[in-house]
Formats: sequence, C-alpha cells, structure tokens
Amino acid sequence: MRAGYLLIAALMASLLLAASAAYAIAPTQMPTPQLEARYLRLIRGFRCMQCQDESLADSPVDLAADMRRDIRDMLLAGKTDQQIRDFMVSRYGYFILFKPPFVWKTAWLWLTPGAVLLVGVIVALTIIRKRAALAATDPQDDDLVDT
Amino acid sequence: MIPELGEFALILAMLLAALQAFFGIMGPALRRDRWMAAVTPAVSGQFVMVATSMGCLITSFINNDFSVKYVAENSNSSLPLFYRVAALWGAHSGSLILWIFLLALWSIAAAIGTSRLPKPFASRVIGVLGVISFGFLLYTLATSNPFLRLDPPWPDGESLNPVLQDPGLAAHPPVLYTGYVGLAVAFAFAGAAMLEGRLDREWARWTRPWTTAAWAFLSCGIALGSWWAYYTLGWGGFWFWDPVENASFMPWLMATALIHSLAVTEKRGLFKSWTLLLAVLAFSLSLVGTFLVRSGVLVSVHSFAASPGRGTFILAFLIVMIGSALALYAWRAPLLKSEAGFELTARESFLLFNNILLVTACATVFAGTIAPLIAGPLGIGKLSVGPPYFNPTFLLSILPLLALLSVGIHAGWKRGNLGRRARILLLAFIAAAVIGCGVVFGFFTGGRVLSPVGVALGVWIILSSLIDPIDRLRRHISIPRAVLGMTLAHIGLGIFVISITSVEAFTAERDVALSAGGIAQLGAYQFQFQGVKPIEGADYSGVAGTVILKHNGALVDVMHPQKREYWVQHTVTTHSAIYMYRVSNVLVALGQDLGDGRWSLRLQVRPLVTFIWLAAFIMAAGGMLAISDRRYRLEREPAAALTPAALAAVPAVTRSEAG
Repeated sequence: MRAGYLLIAALMASLLLAASAAYAIAPTQMPTPQLEARYLRLIRGFRCMQCQDESLADSPVDLAADMRRDIRDMLLAGKTDQQIRDFMVSRYGYFILFKPPFVWKTAWLWLTPGAVLLVGVIVALTIIRKRAALAATDPQDDDLVDT
Repeated sequence: MIPELGEFALILAMLLAALQAFFGIMGPALRRDRWMAAVTPAVSGQFVMVATSMGCLITSFINNDFSVKYVAENSNSSLPLFYRVAALWGAHSGSLILWIFLLALWSIAAAIGTSRLPKPFASRVIGVLGVISFGFLLYTLATSNPFLRLDPPWPDGESLNPVLQDPGLAAHPPVLYTGYVGLAVAFAFAGAAMLEGRLDREWARWTRPWTTAAWAFLSCGIALGSWWAYYTLGWGGFWFWDPVENASFMPWLMATALIHSLAVTEKRGLFKSWTLLLAVLAFSLSLVGTFLVRSGVLVSVHSFAASPGRGTFILAFLIVMIGSALALYAWRAPLLKSEAGFELTARESFLLFNNILLVTACATVFAGTIAPLIAGPLGIGKLSVGPPYFNPTFLLSILPLLALLSVGIHAGWKRGNLGRRARILLLAFIAAAVIGCGVVFGFFTGGRVLSPVGVALGVWIILSSLIDPIDRLRRHISIPRAVLGMTLAHIGLGIFVISITSVEAFTAERDVALSAGGIAQLGAYQFQFQGVKPIEGADYSGVAGTVILKHNGALVDVMHPQKREYWVQHTVTTHSAIYMYRVSNVLVALGQDLGDGRWSLRLQVRPLVTFIWLAAFIMAAGGMLAISDRRYRLEREPAAALTPAALAAVPAVTRSEAG
C-alpha cells in the first residue's frame, strides 16, 4: 500500500479493489528499549506473506500479527537476530526477507551496481584519454563561455 | 450513441495516425513535398478525433451511463462529479485513452514547435510520433476498448476504489503520464535524426527544451504520487522502492542523464551517439514502465497470462518499437564522428561521469526491479527486493554524483581550469562540512554515519550553485534564464538531499495504546488522546479521533485522524492527521479499537519531510525556467543553401556532419 501500490491500484483497480488501506498499528511492550529497537528493526525487515510490498510492521492481516507475536516471543526467549532470521527463512523461504541474501544464484543482483559502475568508469577514462589527445588540435574555442 | 461516437472517433484517429506516420516518414525519404504537407493536417485531425473520443468517455462518466462496461466498473452514481471525471483514469482502458490524448497533445505541440525547422526533419519527428500513436490506438481498440457496452446495463456502478478518491489522484496520473509521454518527443527527435543520418549541435538545441519539459513533468508526477501516498495513508513513508515506483523513477534517471548529455552535444558537438542512445533508452523505459504496470506483471506474473491477448500485443509492440529504434541506431551511430577534444578536468569529463553514474543508478534500480520477476526461472524461488537492497546500492552511484556536481558546474569547457573559483569552492566545502557536522551532532543528537555526509553534500551543492549567479550579479552581468534554471534545479537537488537525510536520520515514531485522556510522549511532543466520535461522509462512515498536540507543554494543534469505511466496497481506509510544526511534520494515525475505550495510535515526527516534495517541484520549476530561455526561441535563419528543398535534394548520409 505504498505510493507504488496505489499507482497500481489506480491503473488496475478491478484487480485490487478488495485490498484495504488500513494499517497495522500495533503497540508493543518490550521490556527494554534495546529489545524494542531490535524488535522494530526485525519486523521492518520481514515482508508480509499476504500483501504486496508491506513489511510485517505495517501489515494489518492476522497472519502478520501472528508472525509478529512469534518474533516477540523468540526475542524474549533470548534468541539472537541471526537465529530469528534463520528461523523465518527456514519456515517461509527467502521471500520473507526484504534484503535478498547473497548466495550463488543472487550474487549477480548484488554485483550488478558495482560491475556497471566499474565498466562505466573504465569506458569514461578511455574516452577522456582519447579526447585529451585531441584537445590540443581542436580548433573550437569560440563561445565556450557558460551555457 | 455517445459511446459509439467515441469508438468511431478512436478508429478514425488510428487511421489518421497511420497517415501521419506514413507521410511523415515516407515523404522526406521519397522527397515528396506534398506528402510532407499532409503531415500537419493528419496530426491535427488525429488530435481532434482523440479529443472527441476522450470527451465521449468523460460524458459517459458524467451521465452515469452504466451500460458502458468501463463506466459501470469504475464509477457510481453516489460518486461526486469531480471523481466521476477522475475515474476515467482509474483503471486500464481509460488510462490508455489518457495516454493517447496526452500523446496527441504533445504531437500538436511538437508540430507547432518544429514548424520553423527544416521541413523534412519536422515531418520525420511528427511521423515517428505517428507510429507511436498508431501502436497505442491499435492496442486500445484491439484489446482494451473502453466503450464496450453491457447488456443489460447495470443499475449502478461498482464505484472507484476509495483509496483513489482524493484530489491527489486527480493530479498524479495525468502529470506523471505527461512526463512519460513527453519522452516520446525526445525519442521522435532522435528517430528523425537517425532517419536523416544527420545530427549536429543545432539538433541538440532543438531537442533540449522538449526533453527538459518532459523531465519536469516526470519530476512533478513522481513527487505528487509520493506526497499523495504519504498523506492519504497511515503509513507515513514517502518511498518504498516498490516496482511501480521504480517504473517511473528509471525513465526519470535516464531523462536526467539525457538532459546533461544534450548539454555537451549542443555545446561541443560531442557524445552524439550516446545522446541518441539515451533518448531511445529513456523512452523505452517509459514504455516498459507503462506496460509493466499496465499488464500487471509487477503485481503477479500470473496476471500476464490471465489476458494473453494484451500480454502478447505488449511484447510485440515493445519489440517492434525498441528493436527498430536500436537497429536504426546501430546503422547510423558509426556515422556520427567528432574531432572535438577536452581535458580530464574539463566540464565535459564531469558531465560524462554524471551520465555514467546516472546510468549505473538506473541499472541498479532495474536489476532490483526485475530480480523478483526472473527469480523463478533462475531457480531461486520467490525473492523479495526491498529498501535494504536499494538504499546502499543506489547510494554507491549517487554519492559520487552529488560530490562531483559542486565542482563540475564550475569547471570550464574544453580546458578545465577552475581558476579563481577553486578557492571560493574550497571555502564553500569547508562551510558545508561544518554545517553538516554541526547540524547532525549539535542541533540534533544521534544520526547515522552518513547523516553529516548527506547534509554537507546538500549544503555544498546549494552554496556552490550560488557562486556563479552572485558573481554575475556583482559584476552586473545578465544571467541567462538557462543558467538561472540550472542553478534553481541544482539548489532544489541540494534541498532534496538535506531533507531526505534529515527524514532518514531524525524521524521519531511510536505506536501507542491510549484510552481517553491518556498522554504519550515523543521527543518534545505530547499527544493527549480525547477518544473518538462517529463521522459520516458522502459515501462512507467511520470514526474520527481527537488528539491534542503540545510541544514542550504549549498547545500546538487539535488533530483529528480518521478511519473510514466506504459503503459500496466495504473498504476501510486510514486518514492520518498531519500538522506542520515549524519544519517538522507531525503525523497521527488511528489504529484499532482495542476495547475498553482504548485505541492504538501511530505517532510520527518527521523533520523536513515536506521539503522532499517541495524540492522536487523546485527542480521542475528550474527546468521550466531553463526552457523559457530566449535562445530556444530564436531560430537562426537557415543559410541560403540549406532551404528545405535543397536539403531534401542532398543524399542524407553525405550531410552527416563532422563537427
């Protein structure tokens, strides 16, 4: 139900009319501020399995409320963030994570930005080297004041 | 009768678009003056027919004609008149009509704008636009006709999705579409140049205002969508890297790159083939974006298969349009040579890196957007890609871009001597760094590692942008509007960077459960809940809460967050109450009734969040200011030898310019 979701709704209203704009507003009472912060970080990093692009923190559906309760219970039982994440992935698959894992089959996704940037910089430097050699002989010098 | 008239007008528009495309492209190719002369009547006729068709559809909405399937599915007799009109673009078929109408509008504008340009070039531009119009009209008539009738008619319509019943909705899609479709004009200019095999600095000067105009509309459209989502929903965020948001953001990134590349092409006659490629890619992304959203592939891959007719047509159309443009590009690009040179520290280098970084950013967004779609075939299973992927990878290319900007705008063309600017630029940098660290560590407490960097970069961009205009003012040199527009857009970007940093670092939020009289504290703010009262609107009922907002004990505002249930669809929506206090946005959303008079509430304080959208509008205003520069209006008289007839007589390729 983000901006984009609404845009979809605008464009394909019939498909999505059943969806609701209500938000889960779920006050929690974790015993310490540290646990509260970890709890919030965790439920924002998991997605709701039923909704489109909503985090567990925001999803109003019952399943999300159950999952939030599971996470709170695990936190209170003293599990680490990593243990909780592993448990959620083993139960629901990678789909649950908003942060895609870095594994063999998803490496391309994480490496694309750096690779494109690297290639781009190499190409740019090559072009600049070539053009710098031409700069001495290039006659254009008029009207080079600012646009 | 009216719907049939609309359908008939749409068919005529398609035939006229075909004529427009044929005469526009074949006329110059076969050097038939009379064919070229037919282009203007064809495009005018097409516009009249499309406008008639859209008028017919609006009339059906206003008259509550529920014998028309599209009207019955998207409107309702209880809907206020304003939303009955806005419901036109509430779903698939009507959005296409809006798209086609805006394309016809841009085509007319292009026909007027190119009337003083060489005739063969002008008709090629309009011809390429005709090809696009024809494709969209054929698609609409063949698979998504909004004028289909119901037999028997429905007694009343299903109404518009309640979350869309908002003034923001009325504005967001048309403005965004105006931007999307505007990139078609830049594409048409590139297409005409490739068909002609001629691309010079003049061409870049003709193309720039159109590209900037489309970019400005795109900026406003994206900002409106983000703003609308922020204030209509209880969620309080402004960007989630949702696939559909990304679909509008990718063309924007490409258009931004194109604007800067065109600047080099106009000034130095460099980067010609790159500019062409960017124009093709920007429009391709806006086509892919429209169609990905349209076909529902982004929501679910299954919806693509649900209407195979539409899906197949979309794929074929994309392949024909993008494929032929790229083929044309591969054929013509090698002809576009340039002998101009520049040094490493020249403006050209900075703009080259600007392009590399913007394209990298676009590729990053593209990879993250398609990853969930291709995860299945790749054997990964279902995959989610959200902010934890996009935020760091996007910053990888955007942070260097922001850092280079402040220096780049002062670098000279060809030879990059900063000269006397170097010292003042360094001073500006030190001032920005001090302000950045001061704001983050002094005024506020906390913040993240990147927060001082973000604020410092934003301040540096603003200070650095102001150096040149202030210098010109002091020396009593006039400032061309193009320079002023660029300055304004860059200042807008600086404000944008500062606001996003502030929102990311200093947002405070809390979900609380309160009974009447209960008080919650968030930072320096106190929220006193006074219970809820029932409310009733035209097509909904619900409850409104009362929350007294105080800042350090002083009364600020009485806020009324609402929860509405719309009768027709039984949909519940949250309407958060937002109050602007100083530069912070205080948001209260009503959650659930927890029993015993207790309600859950979401409280948020977001410093500077309004400035994010304001900044986007400032950037757009800068673009519009630049377009109004007189140099885009004064057409130099073509040299005597280059009259249209003479141009047409010379074989196209030999005219390919060297410089």
